[in-house]
This record gives sequence, C-alpha cells and structure tokens, in this order.
Amino acid sequence: MPDVRLVNVTKKYGKIVAVDNVSLHIYDKEYFSLLGPSGCGKTTLLRLIAGLVHPDEGEIYIGNKLVNDVPPEDRDIGFVFQTFALFPHMNAWDNVTYGPRVKGFNVKKAETIGHEVLEMVKLHQRLDAYPNELSGGMMQRIAVARALAAGAQLLLLDEPLGQLDAKVRNDLRYEIRRMTKDLGLTAIHVTHDQSESMVISDRIAVIKRGRILQVGSPKELYMAPKSIFIAHFIGESNFLEGYVSSINGKQLTIELRGGTEIKVIQQNMRKGEGAVLAIRPETLVVEKGRKKKRNSMLGIIQRTTFEGTNIRYEVKLENQDLVVVVKPSMIEEWLNLGEKVTVNFSPEKIRVFAYPEAGLREELTVE
Amino acid sequence: MPKPRITNTLYELSSKTMIKNTIYIISTIIFFALILLPPILGILIKWNTMQDVFNQPKLVSEALNAIAASFAVAFVVSSVDVIFGVPMAWMITRGKSKWLNVLDTLSDIPFIVPTATLGYSLLLFWSEPGGLSSLFGTPFVSPGWLLIILLHFAFSFPVVVRVMVGALLDYKLEYEQASRTLGAAPLTAARTVTFAILKPSVIASFTLAFARSLSETGATMMVAGVFVNGPIFIKNHINETGALVFVSFILIVLSSLVFVTIRLLGSKLRLPVNKVWPMTERKLSTSAVASSRNSVTLLVFFVVVLVPSLFVAIPAFEAVFAGILPEALSGLGLWGDYWQSMALSYLVGTVVTLLNVVIGLPMAIMIGRKKLGNGLSTIIDMLVNIPIIVPSVALGASLAIFWTENFSFIPEIWLLIFAHLSITYPYFVRSMSAAVERINIDLEEAGKTLGAKPLCIFRTITFPLAKYSMLSGAIMMFTRSVSETGATLVVSNLVTAPVLLVNWVKTGVPTMTLGLGCGFLILFSFIILLILRLVARGRRTY
Repeated sequence: MPDVRLVNVTKKYGKIVAVDNVSLHIYDKEYFSLLGPSGCGKTTLLRLIAGLVHPDEGEIYIGNKLVNDVPPEDRDIGFVFQTFALFPHMNAWDNVTYGPRVKGFNVKKAETIGHEVLEMVKLHQRLDAYPNELSGGMMQRIAVARALAAGAQLLLLDEPLGQLDAKVRNDLRYEIRRMTKDLGLTAIHVTHDQSESMVISDRIAVIKRGRILQVGSPKELYMAPKSIFIAHFIGESNFLEGYVSSINGKQLTIELRGGTEIKVIQQNMRKGEGAVLAIRPETLVVEKGRKKKRNSMLGIIQRTTFEGTNIRYEVKLENQDLVVVVKPSMIEEWLNLGEKVTVNFSPEKIRVFAYPEAGLREELTVE
Repeated sequence: MPKPRITNTLYELSSKTMIKNTIYIISTIIFFALILLPPILGILIKWNTMQDVFNQPKLVSEALNAIAASFAVAFVVSSVDVIFGVPMAWMITRGKSKWLNVLDTLSDIPFIVPTATLGYSLLLFWSEPGGLSSLFGTPFVSPGWLLIILLHFAFSFPVVVRVMVGALLDYKLEYEQASRTLGAAPLTAARTVTFAILKPSVIASFTLAFARSLSETGATMMVAGVFVNGPIFIKNHINETGALVFVSFILIVLSSLVFVTIRLLGSKLRLPVNKVWPMTERKLSTSAVASSRNSVTLLVFFVVVLVPSLFVAIPAFEAVFAGILPEALSGLGLWGDYWQSMALSYLVGTVVTLLNVVIGLPMAIMIGRKKLGNGLSTIIDMLVNIPIIVPSVALGASLAIFWTENFSFIPEIWLLIFAHLSITYPYFVRSMSAAVERINIDLEEAGKTLGAKPLCIFRTITFPLAKYSMLSGAIMMFTRSVSETGATLVVSNLVTAPVLLVNWVKTGVPTMTLGLGCGFLILFSFIILLILRLVARGRRTY
C-alpha cells in the first residue's frame, strides 16, 4: 500500500535550492499536509512525488518501489491542481472518465467508475457541463473526482482549495478528508493556510526555505512548537525578549525588558543566555485594574477588535512591549480602550527559545 | 520630471470620444480604401474582359488546371508543413539543450531570404550542376511540380514553426501534466489534451502556410519549369487582361471560401480525442521513438529547408575570393544598378513598415478589443486576411489596373508602396491584434482608475506588454516587403533588389556575381533582423 518515503531529496532551480535535503515518511492511509509560506518549496516537493519534476539528489519511494525514474503516468497517483487543470475541451463526464480511458479500462468499467466518483462528489446532474460552465466549487469537485477515478491509492493535492471562497472552502475541506478516509487513500495536501492544514490533517510537515522544520500532529505543532517560526506560523503567538537571570532546577527566571521577571519551566538554557518567550494569546489572563503580583505585568488596553467568536485586545505593557490577548466574546466581560489592566502569565503554557542568532525579526520572516 | 505640454495635450485629446472614434474611422477607411478594395476593384473594373477567356475553351481549361494545381500544391505543402513543423516546434519548446535557441533562430532563415533568391537558391541546390546534381550526374530534381513543393515547403515551414512555438509557449503546461498524472503516456497526453486544446493554432498555422503557398509568385517562377499553377498562369498571361482577371477572381473566391470554411468548421472539427490505444501509444512514447522523431525532423529541416535556402550564399564566398568583392563594393558595371535597387528595396520596406504600423495599430486594437462588437469585429478580422490569400502577382496586376486607370497621376513609387502595404498589412494587424487580445483588460482598466488617459494607457501599459508582438509584426512586414517579387514585377517598372536578381537570372549573369548579389541581400536582412531582435531582447519581456 502506498506509504511515501523521501530520502535526502534535493531539487535546485539554478542557484535557488527549492527542496533542501528533505527526508520524510508519509504513512499508508494518512492524510498528510505540507504547510509553509509561499515559495518555501512545498509544491516542488509534491511535484517531485508526482514525478512532474525530477530530484537532483536523493530517493523517492512510493510503496517499496524507488520511483525516481518512473514517469508520472506509471506512479499510480491522482493529482489535484491548484487551478484544477480541467481539460477545457472536454465536458465533466469526459474529464472524469479520462483516467480509466487512458489506462485502457474497458468502456463499461470506465463508465461504472465515472458514475461512482460523480456520485461521491454529488455532481451527477452536471455530466454535460464544460469547465467554463461550472462554479469554482463544482470544478474543484470534478477535479477531485477525476483524480479518484484514475483508481489511484495516493492522492496529491496542490492547494486544492486556494481558489475558492471561504464558505465553500470550509465545506469542501471536510468533504475531501471524508472521501479519502472512506476510500482508504493516502493523501498529501499542500497548503499555505495553517488553519486548513490543522483541521484536515493527521500530520503536518512545516517547511521553510526548502527545509522541513517540524513534523507532527496538529496538536503537537500547536502545543509544542520546536521553533520560534512554528510558534509564529501555526496559530498566533506573542514574543517577548529577555535573558535567563537565574536557574533553579527546571525553573528559569527570565528577566524581560524593563526588569520584570517571569518564571518559566524549561531545560537546556544557560544563565545569562538571551531568550524569547512564545505565549499564545488565549493563555494570557487579563483583569481590570493594577494588581502587581508574581508572573504578571501592568498594562493599558491600546486596541480592541471584535471578531465575532472572540474579542481581541492589544495591551501595551509597562515595559513598552505589546501583547495580544484573545477572550471568548460571549463569556468574558469586555474591557474598554485605555483601561488599566494586569496581564497574568501561566508559566506552564509559555514556550522558551534561545534567542536566534539571526535576530528575532529574521526568524519570524515568512517569505 | 514634468511631462512636456504637448504630451499632456495629446493625452487629454485621446480621452475625447470624438477623437477616438475619428481615429478608428480613419483607420477603417484607410483599410478599405488602400488595402482591401483596390485589389478587388482592379479585378471588378475589368470584369467584362473575362468574356474573352470564355471564347477560348483551351485557355479556360489551362486556367482551371493551373488553379487546381495551385490548390493541390498548397494542400500538400501545408499538410507536410504541419507534419514536420509541429514536431520541430515541440522540440524547440520542450527540449532542454541550449542549442535549441540557435535552432529557433535558424528556423527563421527562410523568412529573411527574398523569395526570388530562395527560388534561385533551391534551383541551384536541387537542379543545377553545382548542387546535389553533382553527386548524381543528372539534375536531382528537375524544375517542375516537385521542386515547387520543395520550394513552398522551405518558405512556409517557418510560418508553421513560428505559430506553433508561440502557441506551445503560451500553453498552460498543467493540462498536459494533469493528463500524465491520470495515467496517459506522453503521446496520449499530447494528442488528447495538448493538441486538442491548441487546435486553433494548428489550424491557423495550416491556413497561413496554405495562403503563403497559394499566393507566392516570385520564387515559383524560378523553379516552375513547364509546370503552371495559378500565379505562373497569371504571370504568363500578364498582358491578357481577361485571363488575368479570370484566374485572379477564381483564386480569390475559392481561397476565401476555403478560409471561411476552415474558420467556421475548424472550431467544430472533432479531433479523435476519445479513442485511446494505451499500449501502442505507450510504445510510441519511448525516448528511442522520440529521438528518432527528432532526428527525422532535424534531417528534414537541414536538408530540405536550411541548406537549400542558404545554398546561394556559397558562390558568394567564391566571389569574395575571386576578387569580385571590390568591384561590387565600388558600384562598377552591373553593381551600380544593384546598389540602387538595394537602396530602393530597403527604402520601400522602411516606408511600408512605418506606414502600416501607423494605420494598422488602431485596426489591431479595434479587432483585439472588439470595439465594433463581436460580429463586426469577426468580419473585419476575416477581411484583413484577404490580401494574404490573393496571389501577389494578381494583386500587383489588379492594383496596377485600379490605380493607373483611375489615378494615373500617382507616381510609380507610390504604386509600389501601395502594393506592399496591401501585402504586408495583414501580418502586422494579425500579430498585433492577437497580442492586444492576450493583454488582460483589467490592466488597462487599472490604469484608467488611476487617472491615466487612453493614449497614456497605451504608451505605458499596452505598448510595453505588446511590444514584442509589435516587433514581430514589423519584422515580418519588413522582410516580406524587401523580399517581395511577384507584385513588384507587375505593378511598376521600378527595379527593386529581388526584381533585379530575377533579371540577372534571366540574362545569365555569372553565378558568382549572382551569388554575391543574393548574399548581400541575405546578409543585410539578417543584420537588420538581428539588431531588431537584440533590441527586443535587450529590454525586459513580460
């Protein structure tokens, strides 16, 4: 069955290294996402797996078969393109049954498969429609149906929801996952949208500048990011700069700008070392008034934004750092602009990273 | 830097609807009055002379045979063009070797060799003792229908390659990749997806090659021997107005019918994309088969197109070593007339190119942006093609009749310019209107919302994005004008370089002198083309 293994794979375009010595194992029947900012090499990685581009170095296995020299048509894959790439001169039916036809299935079998997949994507009524007569959502369904009809066990999806509006996108992402799970397929899904990858994937690989930074379940990546970039790219984080002022067993004291001290749990840091605290906005507790205590800082509400489910506060701390705090809008009492507040930190929910050599700004750069 | 007042004034004027409409109307009037109607009216004026032909059944039968021969040659040539031109374009666009750029440039060579010279070159290569015949003792291919087919193939092959290279470069590769990921072998993907989508370009390339073959006269005369096709018949009966009108009329009507049919039915033509032979096509997609296909394509290109086209240059080298060069450069004897004719050719080429850019640009925008609505724009688009399909010698004769009978005061040089305007106009308008159509209208509208006036939008947005196509159109016009022979021969007594070379051939001027004459013409055209290409490539393309 199709698990996919990449061993030290590198792909260069001239001087640009699009994929840099990547090794990865995607398990059979897994829904796997390649997540990263634009230009990070995730689409190149997917195209390498599809055989649409060839690696300069390294090996790619589908199942147990080395496929470096196997052309795309012999890799037994289904590929859904970002632009759908539905053949404009064929109607929906001809598009969907193209795979079975070019693979030499007999007419009856091709038609049976065609009906099955169109049933699955609920587009039986638009068999005769040409791509330019279909909405974005319909085109996307036909593109998925076409990839499934080819009988592949490995489905490759290149930003398949990127061109759809928000509502359709939300509906279709659950539908695609359901279909692949029902059919027992392995799926590799490329996206730059972290919320999409979180809800759809069993595991995610976060990629930056051609390298894989971390592979893990959505929960692992969110709860335990291994780098400042992942803490920034997956979900949202506040970053506060300081240094390790004292160490007491596993407990570190980080002195922030302005002298405020925060106690956190962390190993592998040395006294005097520069540190960056990554704090999720929803883990901060903000209360009215100034009540200076341990692991807290005073501040003023500088901006409030109502987001529907949540209300979002930007708080200017006493040391001039800015933090974002997010609270459920229907539950908590709202705070006012300019209101003096106390922000409380929960040490067990703070991640501490060594200060990056290239600087925090560079580390957070997405492009 | 503040804009000069004159520019501002022009920008302001360009936003006035009346000014815009006036420009479009003038452009349309010029198209009808100068480009389209004179060649047609020239024939219609002499309509009654056709009676003379009907009284001579033998002449009618000869004329009809000649027309049938023209269509047969054009059909065979353009089919073979597509068979070899499409793989060549595929190799140029899909191959990875850096040498393919050179191959791409080489494929343009027959464009820049004046057609009469090309005809002579092929004659030397295939038939004369100095060419292939020296290997076999007897003429390898004697003048006649086969040599005409070889000639027409040589000059129309680049048309197909040029059109298909452009189409394949514009083509969205994802369709083909999608097909491959669905299990299609490379040949299946190309057949069922790529060329099914590019069908309009394949048809367009076939049509252009067909038209070029139908209308070519100058070179055909050199290699025809006793074979008579439409243009040769007209040339042979140039003094018999009735015969000339009769054949021209039938050629125009039949070719228009063919093109309208292709245009209307081409889009409905179903290519066999549903049936697939997976195993056979897989075998035909192997790299060994692809290499064989490339080798055959290259062999055909070099042996049938490139080497015969440049064969005329070989005596030019001999002439240089034989000491004829100083004599040629000093303008002594024959060479005085030669340089005069060269100057005339390049002068006419330049004037015609500039005039057509000015009068063709508004028409190209009108067609590209469908300013007259869908229906009318399509009709105008079709009418623009007509001057390409009229045999150049018939067009020249018809123009001569029209202008000399109605406007006898017009100097001969202007007749020549008018004839060349008619012949070259479609190349520019075709190329430019397609480029305008490709530019997303949103970009121009973005310019409008930012406060730019129409002329400013053209100068700063449309022109930079379409300049390569504009240049291609200009190059085609210029080379076509400089190499034009058929119409030039009949429209005036002025001697351009191709006409002079035809005369040299007829009067038996020594091969080395003739070779050197042709060599100069090719060299200068090549240099001009190279400079224009470098200018276009030196700037950024989008």
